[in-house]
Amino acid sequence: MASSMSVSRRRFGRLLARISGSRRQFSSTTSSISIDDQQQQQAQPQPQPRSLNLYSAINQALHIALDSDPRAYVFGEDVGFGGVFRCTTGLADRFGKSRVFNTPLCEQGIVGFGIGLAAMGNRAIAEIQFADYIYPAFDQIVNEAAKFRYRSGNQFNCGGLTIRAPYGAVGHGGHYHSQSPEAFFCHVPGIKVVIPRSPRQAKGLLLSCIRDPNPVVFFEPKWLYRLSVEEVPEHDYMLPLSEAEVIREGNDITLVGWGAQLSIMEQACIDAEKDGISCELIDLRTLIPWDKETVEASVRKTGRLLISHEAPVTGGFGAEISASIVERCFLRLEAPVSRVCGLDTPFPLVFEPFYMPTKNKILDAIKATVNY
Amino acid sequence: MALSHIASSSSRSKNLLKPIAAVLSCTPSLRRPISTSSDSTTLTIETSVPFTAHNCEAPSRSVETTPKELLSFFHDMALMRRMEIAADSLYKAKLIRGFCHLYDGQEAVAVGMEAAITKKDSIITAYRDHCTFIGRGGTLLEVFSELMGRQDGCSRGKGGSMHFYKKESGFYGGHGIVGAQIPLGCGLAFAQKYKKDETVTFALYGDGAANQGQLFEALNIAALWDLPAILVCENNHYGMGTAEWRAAKSPAYYKRGDYVPGLKVDGMDVLAVKQVCKFAKEHALKNGPLILEMDTYRYHGHSMSDPGSTYRTRDEISGVRQERDPIERVRKLILAHDLATEKELKDTEKELRKEVDEAIAKAKESPMPDPSELFTNIYVKGLGAESFGADRKEVRVVLP
Repeated sequence: MASSMSVSRRRFGRLLARISGSRRQFSSTTSSISIDDQQQQQAQPQPQPRSLNLYSAINQALHIALDSDPRAYVFGEDVGFGGVFRCTTGLADRFGKSRVFNTPLCEQGIVGFGIGLAAMGNRAIAEIQFADYIYPAFDQIVNEAAKFRYRSGNQFNCGGLTIRAPYGAVGHGGHYHSQSPEAFFCHVPGIKVVIPRSPRQAKGLLLSCIRDPNPVVFFEPKWLYRLSVEEVPEHDYMLPLSEAEVIREGNDITLVGWGAQLSIMEQACIDAEKDGISCELIDLRTLIPWDKETVEASVRKTGRLLISHEAPVTGGFGAEISASIVERCFLRLEAPVSRVCGLDTPFPLVFEPFYMPTKNKILDAIKATVNY
Repeated sequence: MALSHIASSSSRSKNLLKPIAAVLSCTPSLRRPISTSSDSTTLTIETSVPFTAHNCEAPSRSVETTPKELLSFFHDMALMRRMEIAADSLYKAKLIRGFCHLYDGQEAVAVGMEAAITKKDSIITAYRDHCTFIGRGGTLLEVFSELMGRQDGCSRGKGGSMHFYKKESGFYGGHGIVGAQIPLGCGLAFAQKYKKDETVTFALYGDGAANQGQLFEALNIAALWDLPAILVCENNHYGMGTAEWRAAKSPAYYKRGDYVPGLKVDGMDVLAVKQVCKFAKEHALKNGPLILEMDTYRYHGHSMSDPGSTYRTRDEISGVRQERDPIERVRKLILAHDLATEKELKDTEKELRKEVDEAIAKAKESPMPDPSELFTNIYVKGLGAESFGADRKEVRVVLP
């Protein structure tokens, strides 16, 4: 079932024209729309998709989430005024300040409060203003949210909790506004970690996260908030969690990434193609629990794997993917798994260009792996 | 909805402007409380508003100062103001990257505090740290170099706006996470108490940070062990874009230590700040921690991405500028006592403007840190990290 779905999604993807509009643009397929959605679309005509940037897509998803579930709440620092990245613009006006409200600056309190709210059967959508500020809430996420269901023998859970946080580099963010902390949370059974790569993905995945019966940490690539623009369906749709997506097919090497890094990787794929290297690019989308099967199937085909993320290479989630794929495809691999990631330093201020896993670093690693 | 926002915020901002009313009523008397003639070296000046105390005796409203000190207050605050305005332009010109939080409006806190303590005392603050650094004796060149990520910066260009430090004069920085620096301040104070060197730590935080759990952990520790820690809440009335009353059940921050005594001060009155910090140091050495709530105001938005005008009215900002500005207050005092002429003060400001411009020009010439600095100071001897350029065959290094 899963494989037939992915085949049909891929085919559907190729039928659609690529939409471009920004520097950090993806080849935007709708291959991510689930079969149910397609059928639904055929059954009743939907309004034409509009070109949206990523923050507007998030905003639309939040509007839908609050509209479709009267027990959904949005809260966080400054969200009542639209948030520092404008993701919550207009929500308080439309749904009132008892459902969309500012909190004090107290991340631990925000998440703890969200867990309690969710435990009463509500959809608690908490915003941490920057992923860099999530650490005061680390204890609540790891010890309270993730284990609530397990340790109460399924009497209680906080499945309605979704924590949104902008992550990643913006070109000049410095130490405290650029970090990618996803790997910390991937070490925590009981929560899901989801990262979208584009506006259409962000809307569908965020709605899935909000409605998922497990607590989810949803990291938004803040570099793409304004830069990434694509057509986003107006209607309420969800994209499946824990399903990776092949966004570019190839035969020589498999590239796996997530979030903002994918656009960099795609540029490297395009450049590699000029040298006759055919790259397959996979968006992991959900980091835990992750879609090993799709990655495995791809590596079985190409025999090579490259993983890229902004977080430091040591202990990054790339390490987990690498280990898992080596376990599963050891005899099929024709080269060591390559990781092109952030360096093992604090996120630097003036040295950001050196730190980042840039296109040329990826391209170089693609060639090194293919010619191994 | 939007309307009710404005209505409610304006009714609340009356509270915010209360000190202004108090100042206004006091303004005619600004000249009166002077007890000595202007040629004498000591002046006694009454603070704009009385101190409000929680669980302690308030210090006297009569502050002793000298003409020299008043002129230096004017000089230092005007320098800070000019510096922050220049930083604003540099940020807009994209010469400063990263996040940048400006201090203009709050200068009296940094300057008044320094007037009451020595460089052996410690200060630790959050990310709005440029002027605190200058107060500790930092130079303009260090400031602008650091802001632009150059080698001559106080953190050798590796920290940027939010991470200024000056070890030799007890400035422990420069911290990025709201409220995280307060418990650190208690650690500094414990070390000071242990060494019995009769010094104290001023741990600064904003009204936004006052709602972080870490503050209350720090308060308990400080009080439990009688640490010479002075927790200074720089209340500029907005935690990022949220007015204090929207975020705090009790915006009387000086009272929120409960068992820790507190004082509320007009943080726009440099003499009041000086008086209260002098009092606080003596108190902390004898009795342990104290909270000082400095009622102040930032003219700029929270950071450079915040225009600062969406959650408060322009009238409110210009009202504070007109009625409570810390520099104008000192200017009036100087003129009232004939310590300098209006022209002399204007000349000082012109001179400062030149100083700032020169420092910027010099900072621009300062080189960027060496690329190897990316890997230093992570561990004592570096990480042994391997790095490579775009082509790993050309540039490949293993760092010390």
